[in-house]
Amino acid sequence: MSSEKEPLFSSKNLKLITGPLGSQNPITVQVLGICSALAVTAKLEPSIVMSLSVIFVLVFSNLIISLLRNTIPSRIRIIVQLTVVAFLVILVDQLLKAFAYEVSKQLSVFVGLIITNCIIMGRLEAFALGNKPWPAVLDGIGNGAGYGLILVIVGFVRELFGTGNLTFPGIGEVQIVPDIVYEWGYVDNGLMILPPMALITVGIIIWVQRSRNKDLVDIS
Amino acid sequence: MDRQGNKYTFLYASIMVIVVATVLAFVAEALNPIQKKNEEEAKMIDILKSVGIESTTSNVSDKFKEYIGENVYIVNFEGNRQDVSAQAAFNIDLGKEVRKPLSERQYPVFECHLENGEVKYILPVRGKGLWGPIWGYVALNEDKNTIFGATFDHKGETPGLGAEISTDAFQQQFKGKTIFEDGELVSVNVVKGGVPDDASHGVDAISGGTITSQGLDAMLKDYFNGYEAFLKK
Repeated sequence: MSSEKEPLFSSKNLKLITGPLGSQNPITVQVLGICSALAVTAKLEPSIVMSLSVIFVLVFSNLIISLLRNTIPSRIRIIVQLTVVAFLVILVDQLLKAFAYEVSKQLSVFVGLIITNCIIMGRLEAFALGNKPWPAVLDGIGNGAGYGLILVIVGFVRELFGTGNLTFPGIGEVQIVPDIVYEWGYVDNGLMILPPMALITVGIIIWVQRSRNKDLVDIS
Repeated sequence: MDRQGNKYTFLYASIMVIVVATVLAFVAEALNPIQKKNEEEAKMIDILKSVGIESTTSNVSDKFKEYIGENVYIVNFEGNRQDVSAQAAFNIDLGKEVRKPLSERQYPVFECHLENGEVKYILPVRGKGLWGPIWGYVALNEDKNTIFGATFDHKGETPGLGAEISTDAFQQQFKGKTIFEDGELVSVNVVKGGVPDDASHGVDAISGGTITSQGLDAMLKDYFNGYEAFLKK
């Protein structure tokens, strides 16, 4: 038996974090979690808070499933995964309601919707079931962050061009486009805060990413 | 034991479900008092906000006592005051009341005595948005006709669209609107496409939030109808 231990942040492990931010991004490459990416990104603030919640749930569900991976009967593994995710989401929801009531009011139904976020089930099934706890945690952080990155970009673009403001957690609404620009005749694009523009914004991100990284273009 | 066998699978599922259920039940039970307190405080903050009094979770109980205190009561559809305690009136769950027909509902009234001696009647309202319930508090002047202020909130309307009903910009529009015209109830209409600035019964709807705006419009009509007898007294 080899006594050599893999370092905690070996290059292989680091890749688990950096991969999903770029060429393995859950939204733009794996096309997981699109639904919530479209729903909550009309403003920057819910995008940020939603990202943090997903990172939390993803990390812990990955960890728990990875710890249990050798005991889970394969025939009911999806049910087990779902139970773990639902358990964590309800826990988060209850804790937020008790200790961060304002935040829980803002997130409202979206916390519950994390249960159905395909990224979480996708990562549990694809990664946590076959890997040790530590890499599974890193994979959770990486994919959560990759998801959050896209959410924040889309939220930023939509709110800025849709309303001229940006909302930050804890600070509130900040006007970004100065009044003088409006006096020159600039008009906010109301279409940006409607759902179709989320799809188009994600589409543009995918386009930019694929034109820079030809490996992602699949010729089928 | 055979990890793929039926026995193991059933055992595994049962144990997992029991563990998860126990932990969640325990957590929910332990956190319930804190959550209840949060909800009550949030309700008080909303009520006070409708008359323009800003408060935070730390001072809301004192301010509520100062301005409203025991002046919380219930009226019925005929506008008669019911014999219940202020606490019971405060705790009325509008989510349940709203499902009853107008004539059977209980209508809470929060009477706010401001520093300058003016009395405001704060009426809670509740209705349906696009995704879930919407609710709010409408404060009326002593004439029981002119709106002094209003605040609205929602469970899960779309951020940037329907959720805009909870913004100051939207709520400010209600100030000074009247709900009666020559003794006839007309409510305040939420109008798409904009209303003239001097309209006394209309406010601008939210673009992109059509269903929520319509829900808000219906909610106000519904509840003003319910309070009509009380307001005409």
